[in-house]
Amino acid sequence: MKGFLYKRILQLIPTLLIVAIIVFFITRMLPGDPAAVMLGPQASAEDIAAYSEKLGLNEPLHKQFFDYLINLATFDFGNSLTYNRPIMDLIIERFPNTIILAVSALLLAVMIGVPAGIIAARKQNTIIDYSVTTLSLIGVSMPIFWLGVMLVLYFSVNLGWFPATGMGSLEEGFGSFIRHLILPSVALATIPTAEFARIIRSSMLETISQDYIKTARSKGLKEFKVINKHAFKNALTPLLTVIGLQFSGLLGGAVLTETIFSWPGMGLLIVDAIEKRDFVVVQSTVIFIAVIYVVINLIVDILYKVVNPKVNLDSNSGGGK
Amino acid sequence: MNNVQGIEEARDIQYRKSKKEQSFIRKLLRNRFAALGLFVILLLTATAIFAPYFATHDPYEMDVTKTLLGPGEDGHILGTDSYGRDTFSRIVFGARISLLVGVAAVLFGAVLGSLLGLISGYFGGRTDAIIMRIIDGMMAFPFILLAIVLMTVLGQGLVNVIIAIGISNIPGFARVVRGQVLTVKESEFIEVTRSLGAKHGRILFKHVVPNSVAPLIVYATMSVAGAIISEASLSFLGLGVQPPTASWGSMLQEGKNFLVLSPELATFSGLVILITVLGINLFGDGLRDALDPKMKL
Repeated sequence: MKGFLYKRILQLIPTLLIVAIIVFFITRMLPGDPAAVMLGPQASAEDIAAYSEKLGLNEPLHKQFFDYLINLATFDFGNSLTYNRPIMDLIIERFPNTIILAVSALLLAVMIGVPAGIIAARKQNTIIDYSVTTLSLIGVSMPIFWLGVMLVLYFSVNLGWFPATGMGSLEEGFGSFIRHLILPSVALATIPTAEFARIIRSSMLETISQDYIKTARSKGLKEFKVINKHAFKNALTPLLTVIGLQFSGLLGGAVLTETIFSWPGMGLLIVDAIEKRDFVVVQSTVIFIAVIYVVINLIVDILYKVVNPKVNLDSNSGGGK
Repeated sequence: MNNVQGIEEARDIQYRKSKKEQSFIRKLLRNRFAALGLFVILLLTATAIFAPYFATHDPYEMDVTKTLLGPGEDGHILGTDSYGRDTFSRIVFGARISLLVGVAAVLFGAVLGSLLGLISGYFGGRTDAIIMRIIDGMMAFPFILLAIVLMTVLGQGLVNVIIAIGISNIPGFARVVRGQVLTVKESEFIEVTRSLGAKHGRILFKHVVPNSVAPLIVYATMSVAGAIISEASLSFLGLGVQPPTASWGSMLQEGKNFLVLSPELATFSGLVILITVLGINLFGDGLRDALDPKMKL
């Protein structure tokens, strides 16, 4: 396990390096003065000159790249001109809000999607199965920004149940916090919920037809136990992979969801920065999200191994469950 | 006599059944969901091509005296937007943008991504390692974020939207094709071809590519749905095609600002996105099941 951990962590380095190179080249290969483009149209000539100097654009390319890497490695993203603050401060302020939204959406998706998938598989070819399948097909096709707007229209504007925008602070009470959280979480959770239901359903169907499930049944185990102890555990591995994949979708989807609900997270920061043409903030935030995404994938990989030790580890094989 | 005819008929049926393409199309169309999906796709294509005939008004004609009309008012089937433009006609013309971006961006990503995947999978070794590390790096960006970053540097515009979404599609195609190539490469007939002295190019394009096509088609179909959503997302964020071009995403963004006065604008522009994407996904699912039910995509 230790060796595996080291190996996976070492593998992060080239990936992160590539991320850095991609962003570096996107910004440097631009036609025109990169400082002018990154600062946007409203920047003055002095700003551009100062920024060129700060970026070291007058230096040779390899030195520029080296300095850029050092800045990234020390989390020094520089200052935002439009926000007039260090970009890292902005990220530290916004990032927890995105995590709150993403995690609550993920929990919601697991709580609804997984049981829905299990029930659909248990009641295959019944009306329940068809409903779950149809709803999950609609779910994966959902443009979540539209769903968000529709949720605001029906539950905020028409019914007045939930606030349309913003994030409740915990000082205003837990109730307000939750009320603000519900609509954006539902919007963001839609696609993962549908994905989980689909994955769990098909992998449960596959597992239920296996011999050891038949054995478990024939030896008189209660149906609940068969499903819970045997079938579900084996259907869990594909779910974990999908959770990892969905998290990237959540981070991306958060950009749209946060815009609709004015949720003060990373997504709203990016969109605000785009509107202000503050590309330095856009690029730094995107690099940050890419790093987080890579780290989350690493955690999923490790979990994957914990749940299913047979993967790659020969010494632990034999545990059939 | 009758008996012989019967046997012959049976043999005939058997023969026809063995014809792969026929059974494929039959399988596909027997799937009611796939047929429904195909219908949506055909309807969308027809709407895009014959937009001027379907549209009841000029989608760009403004009329300040008729802003934000409700459905059915003054001959506007779905009402008008804040500039007094006919919503229905704009949705009809928006199909052009969605379809064009969806297909062109996926083609862009498919060609470049497949090429990378082919080279990577076929040659293996260091080439594979380098290409796959680049692909990993690209995949470290959530799809829509990569498109957003590219749009911020490329600037608004239809061609740039296609390029940005196209580039974001490269890693997926590269991975799918590489996986296929690795499987096909190991098969015996490739070994035989190679020992007969065939060159790399011939092996790749005459043998490896045709055997990798099925999953590629399924993946491409699903990707068109994703590209359409991405275009709408970018336009919704104000990063997509330039106004006043009718795009479903930008219409939805406008509708969001007039949610209380005119909820129809947001409702219908988003509903067509959902129906389109759902149709393509239904068709893609059917396609996968008909081609190879065991395919993991």
